[in-house]
Amino acid sequence: MSATPGGLSKAQREALVDPLFNNNPIALQVLGICSALAVTTKMETAVVMSIALTVVLVGSNVVISLLRNYIPASIRIVVQLTVIASLVILTDQVLKAFVFDVSKQLSVFVGLIITNCIVMGRAEAYAMANGPFESMLDGIGNGLGYSLILIIVAFFRELLGGGKLFGIQLLPLVTEGGWYNPNGLMVLAPGAFFLIGCFIWALRAWKPDQIEAE
Amino acid sequence: MLESYISLAMKSMFVENMALAFFLGMCSFLAVSKKVETAIGLGGAVIFVLGITCPMNQFLHDWLLREGALAWVHPDLASVDLSFLNFLVFIGTIAAMVQIVEMALDRYSPSLYNALGVFLPLIAVNCAILGASLFMVERDYDFGEATVFGIGSGIGWALAVIALAAIREKMRYSDVPPALRGLGITFMLTGLMAIGFMAFAGIQL
Repeated sequence: MSATPGGLSKAQREALVDPLFNNNPIALQVLGICSALAVTTKMETAVVMSIALTVVLVGSNVVISLLRNYIPASIRIVVQLTVIASLVILTDQVLKAFVFDVSKQLSVFVGLIITNCIVMGRAEAYAMANGPFESMLDGIGNGLGYSLILIIVAFFRELLGGGKLFGIQLLPLVTEGGWYNPNGLMVLAPGAFFLIGCFIWALRAWKPDQIEAE
Repeated sequence: MLESYISLAMKSMFVENMALAFFLGMCSFLAVSKKVETAIGLGGAVIFVLGITCPMNQFLHDWLLREGALAWVHPDLASVDLSFLNFLVFIGTIAAMVQIVEMALDRYSPSLYNALGVFLPLIAVNCAILGASLFMVERDYDFGEATVFGIGSGIGWALAVIALAAIREKMRYSDVPPALRGLGITFMLTGLMAIGFMAFAGIQL
Protein backbone atom coordinates (compact mmCIF):
# COMPACT_ATOMS: atom_id res chain seq x y z
CA MET A 1 0.00 0.00 0.00
CA SER A 2 1.54 3.30 -1.04
CA ALA A 3 0.89 6.38 1.05
CA THR A 4 -0.87 9.28 -0.64
CA PRO A 5 -0.64 12.98 0.26
CA GLY A 6 -3.70 12.86 2.48
CA GLY A 7 -1.90 10.53 4.88
CA LEU A 8 -4.23 7.69 3.92
CA SER A 9 -3.29 4.62 1.94
CA LYS A 10 -4.85 4.10 -1.47
CA ALA A 11 -7.25 1.46 -0.20
CA GLN A 12 -8.31 3.72 2.63
CA ARG A 13 -8.95 6.59 0.28
CA GLU A 14 -10.97 4.35 -1.98
CA ALA A 15 -13.12 3.29 0.95
CA LEU A 16 -13.83 6.96 1.57
CA VAL A 17 -14.31 8.32 -1.95
CA ASP A 18 -15.65 5.40 -3.97
CA PRO A 19 -19.17 5.41 -2.55
CA LEU A 20 -19.72 8.98 -3.78
CA PHE A 21 -20.04 8.23 -7.49
CA ASN A 22 -18.39 4.94 -8.43
CA ASN A 23 -20.21 2.75 -5.96
CA ASN A 24 -23.03 4.91 -4.69
CA PRO A 25 -25.15 3.13 -2.07
CA ILE A 26 -28.41 4.33 -3.57
CA ALA A 27 -27.74 4.49 -7.29
CA LEU A 28 -25.67 1.34 -7.68
CA GLN A 29 -25.91 -0.83 -4.59
CA VAL A 30 -29.70 -0.22 -4.37
CA LEU A 31 -29.53 0.21 -0.62
CA GLY A 32 -31.46 2.51 1.67
CA ILE A 33 -33.92 3.84 -0.85
CA CYS A 34 -36.94 3.87 1.44
CA SER A 35 -35.90 6.79 3.57
CA ALA A 36 -34.14 8.51 0.70
CA LEU A 37 -37.48 9.13 -0.95
CA ALA A 38 -39.62 9.87 2.04
CA VAL A 39 -37.68 12.65 3.73
CA THR A 40 -36.74 14.64 0.66
CA THR A 41 -39.68 16.99 0.31
CA LYS A 42 -37.65 19.64 2.14
CA MET A 43 -33.95 20.44 2.36
CA GLU A 44 -34.09 20.76 6.14
CA THR A 45 -35.36 17.25 6.80
CA ALA A 46 -33.03 15.83 4.17
CA VAL A 47 -29.97 17.40 5.80
CA VAL A 48 -30.95 16.28 9.31
CA MET A 49 -31.67 12.78 8.03
CA SER A 50 -28.32 12.64 6.20
CA ILE A 51 -26.44 13.63 9.34
CA ALA A 52 -28.39 11.15 11.47
CA LEU A 53 -27.76 8.33 9.05
CA THR A 54 -24.07 9.10 8.65
CA VAL A 55 -23.58 9.19 12.43
CA VAL A 56 -25.35 5.86 12.88
CA LEU A 57 -23.49 4.32 9.95
CA VAL A 58 -20.06 5.39 11.21
CA GLY A 59 -20.91 4.30 14.74
CA SER A 60 -22.22 0.90 13.74
CA ASN A 61 -19.35 0.27 11.34
CA VAL A 62 -16.76 1.03 14.03
CA VAL A 63 -18.51 -0.95 16.77
CA ILE A 64 -19.16 -3.97 14.59
CA SER A 65 -15.66 -3.86 13.22
CA LEU A 66 -14.28 -3.86 16.77
CA LEU A 67 -16.51 -6.78 17.68
CA ARG A 68 -16.04 -8.68 14.44
CA ASN A 69 -13.74 -11.33 15.87
CA TYR A 70 -16.03 -12.07 18.78
CA ILE A 71 -19.37 -12.37 16.97
CA PRO A 72 -20.36 -15.96 16.15
CA ALA A 73 -21.48 -16.15 12.52
CA SER A 74 -24.82 -17.74 13.35
CA ILE A 75 -26.11 -14.85 15.47
CA ARG A 76 -24.35 -11.99 13.73
CA ILE A 77 -27.57 -10.48 12.33
CA VAL A 78 -29.08 -10.20 15.79
CA VAL A 79 -25.90 -8.64 17.17
CA GLN A 80 -25.73 -6.18 14.29
CA LEU A 81 -29.37 -5.23 14.70
CA THR A 82 -28.90 -4.68 18.43
CA VAL A 83 -25.89 -2.42 17.90
CA ILE A 84 -27.69 -0.46 15.19
CA ALA A 85 -30.95 -0.19 17.13
CA SER A 86 -29.11 1.14 20.21
CA LEU A 87 -27.35 3.78 18.11
CA VAL A 88 -30.64 4.77 16.48
CA ILE A 89 -32.32 5.13 19.88
CA LEU A 90 -29.49 7.48 20.91
CA THR A 91 -29.82 9.51 17.72
CA ASP A 92 -33.58 9.68 18.06
CA GLN A 93 -33.34 10.95 21.64
CA VAL A 94 -30.76 13.58 20.63
CA LEU A 95 -32.95 14.76 17.74
CA LYS A 96 -35.99 14.94 19.99
CA ALA A 97 -34.02 16.99 22.52
CA PHE A 98 -32.42 19.50 20.16
CA VAL A 99 -34.45 19.76 16.94
CA PHE A 100 -37.90 18.70 18.04
CA ASP A 101 -39.75 20.19 15.03
CA VAL A 102 -37.64 18.36 12.49
CA SER A 103 -37.84 15.19 14.54
CA LYS A 104 -41.65 15.41 14.39
CA GLN A 105 -41.53 15.83 10.60
CA LEU A 106 -39.20 12.88 10.18
CA SER A 107 -41.70 10.88 12.27
CA VAL A 108 -41.10 7.17 11.83
CA PHE A 109 -38.21 7.56 9.46
CA VAL A 110 -35.57 8.06 12.15
CA GLY A 111 -36.61 4.71 13.59
CA LEU A 112 -36.44 3.25 10.13
CA ILE A 113 -32.69 3.92 10.00
CA ILE A 114 -32.52 0.56 11.83
CA THR A 115 -33.87 -1.21 8.81
CA ASN A 116 -32.06 1.04 6.37
CA CYS A 117 -30.23 -1.49 4.28
CA ILE A 118 -27.17 0.76 3.98
CA VAL A 119 -26.35 0.33 7.65
CA MET A 120 -26.93 -3.43 7.67
CA GLY A 121 -25.37 -3.85 4.26
CA ARG A 122 -22.15 -2.05 5.10
CA ALA A 123 -21.88 -3.78 8.47
CA GLU A 124 -22.27 -7.14 6.80
CA ALA A 125 -20.22 -6.45 3.67
CA TYR A 126 -17.43 -4.27 5.02
CA ALA A 127 -17.18 -3.90 8.79
CA MET A 128 -17.26 -7.67 9.40
CA ALA A 129 -14.07 -8.05 7.34
CA ASN A 130 -12.05 -4.88 7.94
CA GLY A 131 -10.41 -2.97 10.77
CA PRO A 132 -12.12 -0.17 12.71
CA PHE A 133 -10.32 2.72 10.97
CA GLU A 134 -11.10 1.52 7.44
CA SER A 135 -14.65 0.77 8.53
CA MET A 136 -15.00 4.29 9.84
CA LEU A 137 -13.85 5.69 6.49
CA ASP A 138 -16.21 3.35 4.68
CA GLY A 139 -19.02 4.55 6.94
CA ILE A 140 -18.25 8.19 6.25
CA GLY A 141 -17.97 7.54 2.51
CA ASN A 142 -21.24 5.69 2.25
CA GLY A 143 -22.94 8.20 4.51
CA LEU A 144 -21.79 10.98 2.21
CA GLY A 145 -22.86 9.08 -0.91
CA TYR A 146 -26.31 8.69 0.61
CA SER A 147 -26.39 12.34 1.71
CA LEU A 148 -25.36 13.48 -1.75
CA ILE A 149 -28.39 11.90 -3.41
CA LEU A 150 -30.73 12.94 -0.61
CA ILE A 151 -29.65 16.55 -0.86
CA ILE A 152 -29.78 16.65 -4.67
CA VAL A 153 -33.28 15.16 -4.69
CA ALA A 154 -34.47 17.43 -1.87
CA PHE A 155 -32.99 20.47 -3.65
CA PHE A 156 -35.07 19.84 -6.77
CA ARG A 157 -38.19 18.79 -4.90
CA GLU A 158 -38.26 21.83 -2.64
CA LEU A 159 -37.23 24.28 -5.35
CA LEU A 160 -39.59 23.04 -8.04
CA GLY A 161 -42.36 21.98 -5.70
CA GLY A 162 -42.60 25.13 -3.63
CA GLY A 163 -40.04 27.61 -4.94
CA LYS A 164 -38.19 27.43 -1.61
CA LEU A 165 -34.86 26.31 -0.20
CA PHE A 166 -34.54 25.67 3.54
CA GLY A 167 -37.97 27.27 3.86
CA ILE A 168 -36.84 30.57 2.30
CA GLN A 169 -38.89 31.68 -0.70
CA LEU A 170 -36.57 32.00 -3.69
CA LEU A 171 -39.02 31.89 -6.58
CA PRO A 172 -42.04 34.15 -5.99
CA LEU A 173 -45.23 32.10 -6.39
CA VAL A 174 -48.08 33.01 -8.71
CA THR A 175 -50.50 32.82 -5.78
CA GLU A 176 -48.51 35.54 -4.04
CA GLY A 177 -48.20 37.82 -7.06
CA GLY A 178 -44.94 36.35 -8.40
CA TRP A 179 -44.25 34.48 -11.62
CA TYR A 180 -43.45 30.90 -10.52
CA ASN A 181 -46.17 28.28 -10.80
CA PRO A 182 -45.19 25.48 -8.39
CA ASN A 183 -45.01 21.96 -9.75
CA GLY A 184 -47.18 20.02 -7.33
CA LEU A 185 -45.98 16.66 -8.66
CA MET A 186 -42.57 17.23 -7.09
CA VAL A 187 -44.01 17.33 -3.57
CA LEU A 188 -45.93 14.10 -4.07
CA ALA A 189 -44.46 10.61 -3.96
CA PRO A 190 -44.18 10.05 -7.74
CA GLY A 191 -41.96 13.10 -8.16
CA ALA A 192 -39.30 11.53 -5.97
CA PHE A 193 -39.31 8.35 -8.05
CA PHE A 194 -38.90 10.29 -11.28
CA LEU A 195 -36.08 12.41 -9.86
CA ILE A 196 -34.08 9.42 -8.60
CA GLY A 197 -34.71 7.65 -11.90
CA CYS A 198 -33.34 10.67 -13.78
CA PHE A 199 -30.37 10.95 -11.41
CA ILE A 200 -29.46 7.31 -12.05
CA TRP A 201 -29.90 7.91 -15.77
CA ALA A 202 -27.53 10.88 -15.68
CA LEU A 203 -24.99 9.06 -13.50
CA ARG A 204 -24.91 6.03 -15.77
CA ALA A 205 -24.74 8.10 -18.93
CA TRP A 206 -21.66 9.72 -17.36
CA LYS A 207 -20.14 6.43 -16.14
CA PRO A 208 -21.23 3.81 -18.69
CA ASP A 209 -19.57 0.92 -16.81
CA GLN A 210 -22.46 1.05 -14.30
CA ILE A 211 -25.02 0.14 -16.96
CA GLU A 212 -26.81 -3.11 -16.15
CA ALA A 213 -26.56 -5.93 -18.65
CA GLU A 214 -29.98 -7.00 -19.79
CA MET B 1 -67.22 -0.87 14.20
CA LEU B 2 -66.94 -3.15 11.20
CA GLU B 3 -67.25 -0.18 8.88
CA SER B 4 -64.28 1.57 10.43
CA TYR B 5 -62.24 -1.63 10.04
CA ILE B 6 -63.15 -1.96 6.36
CA SER B 7 -62.36 1.69 5.81
CA LEU B 8 -59.00 1.29 7.56
CA ALA B 9 -58.21 -1.80 5.50
CA MET B 10 -59.01 0.00 2.24
CA LYS B 11 -56.97 2.99 3.35
CA SER B 12 -53.90 0.93 4.21
CA MET B 13 -54.19 -1.14 1.04
CA PHE B 14 -54.71 1.56 -1.56
CA VAL B 15 -54.72 5.16 -0.37
CA GLU B 16 -51.72 4.90 1.91
CA ASN B 17 -49.97 2.11 0.11
CA MET B 18 -46.77 1.24 1.99
CA ALA B 19 -44.61 1.00 -1.09
CA LEU B 20 -46.03 3.70 -3.32
CA ALA B 21 -47.06 6.42 -0.88
CA PHE B 22 -44.54 5.97 1.94
CA PHE B 23 -41.66 4.40 0.00
CA LEU B 24 -41.35 1.62 2.54
CA GLY B 25 -39.78 -1.71 1.70
CA MET B 26 -38.26 -0.23 -1.44
CA CYS B 27 -35.06 -2.27 -1.38
CA SER B 28 -36.71 -5.64 -1.73
CA PHE B 29 -39.49 -4.03 -3.77
CA LEU B 30 -36.96 -3.18 -6.49
CA ALA B 31 -34.81 -6.26 -6.10
CA VAL B 32 -37.47 -8.98 -6.13
CA SER B 33 -39.74 -7.55 -8.81
CA LYS B 34 -37.97 -9.17 -11.74
CA LYS B 35 -40.26 -12.19 -11.90
CA VAL B 36 -43.96 -12.44 -11.01
CA GLU B 37 -43.48 -15.80 -9.32
CA THR B 38 -40.93 -14.64 -6.75
CA ALA B 39 -42.89 -11.42 -6.27
CA ILE B 40 -45.98 -13.44 -5.30
CA GLY B 41 -43.90 -15.52 -2.88
CA LEU B 42 -42.34 -12.53 -1.18
CA GLY B 43 -45.66 -10.67 -1.18
CA GLY B 44 -47.29 -13.57 0.63
CA ALA B 45 -44.48 -13.75 3.17
CA VAL B 46 -44.74 -10.01 3.83
CA ILE B 47 -48.53 -10.17 4.35
CA PHE B 48 -48.03 -13.01 6.81
CA VAL B 49 -45.21 -11.38 8.77
CA LEU B 50 -46.94 -7.98 8.86
CA GLY B 51 -50.23 -9.54 9.91
CA ILE B 52 -48.54 -11.14 12.91
CA THR B 53 -45.92 -8.60 13.97
CA CYS B 54 -48.14 -5.54 13.87
CA PRO B 55 -50.73 -6.73 16.43
CA MET B 56 -47.97 -8.41 18.45
CA ASN B 57 -45.99 -5.19 18.71
CA GLN B 58 -49.19 -3.33 19.56
CA PHE B 59 -49.73 -5.77 22.42
CA LEU B 60 -46.17 -5.32 23.69
CA HIS B 61 -46.40 -1.57 23.36
CA ASP B 62 -49.69 -1.44 25.24
CA TRP B 63 -48.73 -3.74 28.10
CA LEU B 64 -45.03 -3.10 28.56
CA LEU B 65 -43.64 -0.02 26.90
CA ARG B 66 -46.25 2.73 26.88
CA GLU B 67 -46.12 5.38 29.59
CA GLY B 68 -47.97 3.90 32.56
CA ALA B 69 -48.33 0.55 30.82
CA LEU B 70 -46.64 -1.30 33.65
CA ALA B 71 -49.33 -0.27 36.14
CA TRP B 72 -50.81 -3.77 35.91
CA VAL B 73 -47.66 -5.21 37.49
CA HIS B 74 -47.55 -2.83 40.42
CA PRO B 75 -49.23 0.58 40.93
CA ASP B 76 -45.82 2.11 41.73
CA LEU B 77 -44.66 1.38 38.19
CA ALA B 78 -47.37 3.58 36.69
CA SER B 79 -44.90 6.39 36.11
CA VAL B 80 -42.42 4.25 34.18
CA ASP B 81 -42.14 5.14 30.50
CA LEU B 82 -40.21 2.61 28.46
CA SER B 83 -41.32 3.86 25.06
CA PHE B 84 -37.74 4.71 24.10
CA LEU B 85 -37.19 0.94 23.93
CA ASN B 86 -39.77 0.69 21.13
CA PHE B 87 -37.23 0.26 18.36
CA LEU B 88 -35.30 -2.52 20.06
CA VAL B 89 -38.36 -4.50 21.10
CA PHE B 90 -40.08 -4.15 17.73
CA ILE B 91 -37.08 -5.20 15.71
CA GLY B 92 -36.56 -8.13 18.06
CA THR B 93 -40.12 -9.35 17.56
CA ILE B 94 -39.81 -8.95 13.83
CA ALA B 95 -36.50 -10.78 13.59
CA ALA B 96 -37.90 -13.67 15.63
CA MET B 97 -41.04 -13.89 13.48
CA VAL B 98 -39.05 -13.87 10.27
CA GLN B 99 -36.92 -16.70 11.60
CA ILE B 100 -40.07 -18.73 12.30
CA VAL B 101 -41.51 -18.07 8.85
CA GLU B 102 -38.19 -19.06 7.33
CA MET B 103 -38.11 -22.38 9.18
CA ALA B 104 -41.76 -23.09 8.29
CA LEU B 105 -41.19 -22.39 4.61
CA ASP B 106 -38.03 -24.50 4.56
CA ARG B 107 -40.04 -27.39 5.97
CA TYR B 108 -43.27 -27.12 3.99
CA SER B 109 -42.39 -25.39 0.73
CA PRO B 110 -38.73 -25.89 -0.19
CA SER B 111 -39.26 -24.63 -3.75
CA LEU B 112 -40.58 -21.28 -2.53
CA TYR B 113 -37.81 -21.23 0.09
CA ASN B 114 -35.18 -21.60 -2.59
CA ALA B 115 -36.83 -19.08 -4.88
CA LEU B 116 -36.90 -16.43 -2.18
CA GLY B 117 -33.33 -17.21 -1.20
CA VAL B 118 -31.60 -14.32 0.48
CA PHE B 119 -34.70 -12.12 0.45
CA LEU B 120 -36.42 -14.05 3.17
CA PRO B 121 -34.01 -13.04 5.95
CA LEU B 122 -34.11 -9.58 4.42
CA ILE B 123 -37.80 -9.27 5.36
CA ALA B 124 -36.44 -8.66 8.86
CA VAL B 125 -34.87 -5.46 7.60
CA ASN B 126 -37.74 -4.66 5.27
CA CYS B 127 -38.74 -1.17 6.32
CA ALA B 128 -42.39 -1.88 5.54
CA ILE B 129 -42.57 -4.26 8.51
CA LEU B 130 -40.94 -2.00 11.07
CA GLY B 131 -42.63 1.02 9.48
CA ALA B 132 -46.08 -0.49 10.03
CA SER B 133 -45.32 -1.02 13.72
CA LEU B 134 -44.03 2.53 14.12
CA PHE B 135 -47.03 4.01 12.30
CA MET B 136 -49.24 1.90 14.53
CA VAL B 137 -47.67 3.54 17.62
CA GLU B 138 -47.75 7.01 16.12
CA ARG B 139 -51.43 6.72 15.21
CA ASP B 140 -52.42 5.02 18.45
CA TYR B 141 -54.21 2.00 16.98
CA ASP B 142 -55.86 -0.51 19.29
CA PHE B 143 -55.34 -4.26 18.96
CA GLY B 144 -58.09 -4.82 16.36
CA GLU B 145 -57.05 -1.84 14.28
CA ALA B 146 -53.41 -2.92 14.42
CA THR B 147 -54.34 -6.36 13.05
CA VAL B 148 -56.40 -4.88 10.21
CA PHE B 149 -53.74 -2.29 9.49
CA GLY B 150 -50.97 -4.92 9.44
CA ILE B 151 -52.78 -7.27 7.08
CA GLY B 152 -54.10 -4.41 4.93
CA SER B 153 -50.74 -2.78 4.39
CA GLY B 154 -49.22 -6.19 3.72
CA ILE B 155 -51.78 -6.82 0.98
CA GLY B 156 -51.15 -3.35 -0.40
CA TRP B 157 -47.40 -3.95 -0.54
CA ALA B 158 -47.88 -7.37 -2.14
CA LEU B 159 -50.23 -5.92 -4.77
CA ALA B 160 -47.73 -3.23 -5.65
CA VAL B 161 -44.77 -5.60 -5.94
CA ILE B 162 -46.72 -8.13 -8.04
CA ALA B 163 -48.00 -5.39 -10.36
CA LEU B 164 -44.49 -4.01 -10.79
CA ALA B 165 -43.09 -7.47 -11.52
CA ALA B 166 -45.75 -8.01 -14.18
CA ILE B 167 -44.88 -4.70 -15.84
CA ARG B 168 -41.17 -5.47 -15.72
CA GLU B 169 -41.74 -8.82 -17.40
CA LYS B 170 -43.42 -6.98 -20.28
CA MET B 171 -40.65 -4.38 -20.30
CA ARG B 172 -38.20 -6.99 -21.53
CA TYR B 173 -39.54 -6.48 -25.04
CA SER B 174 -39.02 -2.73 -24.95
CA ASP B 175 -36.04 -0.81 -26.21
CA VAL B 176 -34.89 1.16 -23.17
CA PRO B 177 -31.94 3.60 -23.45
CA PRO B 178 -28.87 1.75 -22.11
CA ALA B 179 -28.18 4.10 -19.20
CA LEU B 180 -31.77 3.84 -18.03
CA ARG B 181 -31.93 0.04 -18.10
CA GLY B 182 -32.63 -1.84 -14.92
CA LEU B 183 -32.81 0.41 -11.90
CA GLY B 184 -33.50 3.70 -13.67
CA ILE B 185 -36.52 2.60 -15.65
CA THR B 186 -37.84 0.72 -12.64
CA PHE B 187 -37.91 3.96 -10.69
CA MET B 188 -39.82 5.65 -13.50
CA LEU B 189 -42.29 2.76 -13.60
CA THR B 190 -42.79 2.93 -9.85
CA GLY B 191 -43.42 6.65 -10.17
CA LEU B 192 -46.11 6.05 -12.78
CA MET B 193 -47.66 3.35 -10.58
CA ALA B 194 -47.64 5.77 -7.65
CA ILE B 195 -49.56 8.26 -9.77
CA GLY B 196 -52.03 5.48 -10.60
CA PHE B 197 -52.49 4.64 -6.93
CA MET B 198 -53.06 8.31 -6.13
CA ALA B 199 -56.36 7.93 -7.93
CA PHE B 200 -57.55 6.05 -4.84
CA ALA B 201 -57.00 9.07 -2.61
CA GLY B 202 -60.18 10.49 -1.18
CA ILE B 203 -62.16 7.27 -1.51
CA GLN B 204 -64.29 6.79 1.61
CA LEU B 205 -66.27 3.72 2.41
